[in-house]
Amino acid sequence: MIELKNIDVTFYQKKQQINAVQDVSLTIEKEDVFGIVGYSGAGKSTLVRVINLLQRPTAGEVLINKKNILHFSPKELRTQRKKIGMIFQHFNLMKERTIFANVDFSLKYSGLSKEQRKEKIERLLDLVGLSDKKDAYPSQLSGGQKQRVAIARALANDPEILLCDEATSALDPKTTIQILELLKKLNKELGLTIVLITHEMQVVKEICNKVAVMEAGQVIEQNDIVSIFSQPKEALTKDFIRTATHIDQALETIIQHPSLTNLSGNEVLVEFSYVGEQTSEPLIAQLYSKYHVVTNILYGNVEILQQVPIGNLIVILLGEENQRERALDFLQRQGVKIKVLKDYEGTKNIVPLQVI
Amino acid sequence: MQTFLQNYFPNVLLLKQEFIDSTIETLYMVFWTAVIAGILGTLLGVVLVATGPEGILANRFIYNILEKIINVCRSIPFIIMLALIQPLTRFLTGTTIGTTAALVPLVIGVIPFFARQIENALLEVDSGVIEAAESMGTSPLGIIFRVYLVEGLPSIIRVSSVTIINLIGLTAMAGAIGAGGLGNLAITRGYNRFQTDVTIVATLIILVLVFASQFISNTLIKKTSH
Repeated sequence: MIELKNIDVTFYQKKQQINAVQDVSLTIEKEDVFGIVGYSGAGKSTLVRVINLLQRPTAGEVLINKKNILHFSPKELRTQRKKIGMIFQHFNLMKERTIFANVDFSLKYSGLSKEQRKEKIERLLDLVGLSDKKDAYPSQLSGGQKQRVAIARALANDPEILLCDEATSALDPKTTIQILELLKKLNKELGLTIVLITHEMQVVKEICNKVAVMEAGQVIEQNDIVSIFSQPKEALTKDFIRTATHIDQALETIIQHPSLTNLSGNEVLVEFSYVGEQTSEPLIAQLYSKYHVVTNILYGNVEILQQVPIGNLIVILLGEENQRERALDFLQRQGVKIKVLKDYEGTKNIVPLQVI
Repeated sequence: MQTFLQNYFPNVLLLKQEFIDSTIETLYMVFWTAVIAGILGTLLGVVLVATGPEGILANRFIYNILEKIINVCRSIPFIIMLALIQPLTRFLTGTTIGTTAALVPLVIGVIPFFARQIENALLEVDSGVIEAAESMGTSPLGIIFRVYLVEGLPSIIRVSSVTIINLIGLTAMAGAIGAGGLGNLAITRGYNRFQTDVTIVATLIILVLVFASQFISNTLIKKTSH
């Protein structure tokens, strides 16, 4: 549905050349919820603005439904933009207009009668859960409410695509989840293709089915969400995922508890990660029944991404050395990734920032 | 009351009719300058914002030329401009004295000032809102009329008030070319003939005009901002 081919965006500032986006190619399919993550300055906001040409690329092609919009006349571009909604980090509502008038803004020249517009606006406000606020002004609303108005406004002309530029970065965690739930609902019920820009991996894991990771203007990794979370390749991707699963914080806490890390001769501190149908319970039970290895779980985290469970555990395995080795072997054969963090001699050091 | 006025403001009473005429002349000059310079100044201000570096119709060439012209006009002290503009005044109105003739230098003096004010007022509109309007497929004219002029309305009213108050002051200077008005009265009758009471009362009336326009603008701003 959206194809970006070899996009370059270069700025010239005071004789300096800034390559905000370098040779990025992405394909976003219909009904995808496509996440683009990266730290500040990675070029994600610039890239998303190329999709509706708020930013013209210095090179490359932008194809929407197979048509290169770089060749559109100004009028054709405006018509195309009506089919692409956009919401922003700071909402960008018109302060001097009521909520009703804000949503009505892009309907003015849509050819609908006043009655039809009123009906449509009321339906949209109902969809986002703000019917009772139609005569309020933006200054009277909370952040979450403003973003919902922004979403209603973006949907006014029944777009096929919704671009979200850090849409939840200014909201508290609870409101963020509410907005993401709303976006998920819109994706399912309206078949809306969503492109989501964020620097928070938690946002991505909530609703995205595909992810691209950006660094310094380039896409360094892209994949479906389960693969990205279970088999991240690049260091930056791994870094993002670890912040999303809080595993490094858990490791920090564990390291600081000597009672947890003073291992006896038969103990070893291990980190597991696994994907999919292998849930931890039966495997851990089997470690005992088959190998007499006792598992003491210090930290556990299971994410469900697009209905696939992804788990991370930090455990202490207690058992005779041979048995332990065979147990770990068994786990590996089950597809569990293993990293031994520390054993009795302390010969292995806990290096939290490297991933299995 | 009558005796109080006779003792302290003797000349004012004698010139009662002149005061009324002068006030009407001042209002005439302020009104017509405001209308003409208001429309043309707004137009110029909008063009500046649109063609400016971050503008929706960015055009460095046009913007630079307009900038230079405005800067030059703003640099000329008004009272000198009154004299310099004389040939143009004569061409447009057939004369160089009187209230109608004064409109020429007044309009030419106010347009660049007001254009700048409008430019500043419109630049206060959140650029994110402009971006949102663009993302919705709004045309450049649509953005000017439906976003800039609507979202910027409280600021526009505020700068209009500043301009009008400035303008009232300029009309006083226009009195120097026989344009009449309260300024003329204050200087030629009051100051030059040592009739201080005339000066004081003329100034008081001007103050009333200034406060009135301030009050109106504050009320309008309250009504249009949410």
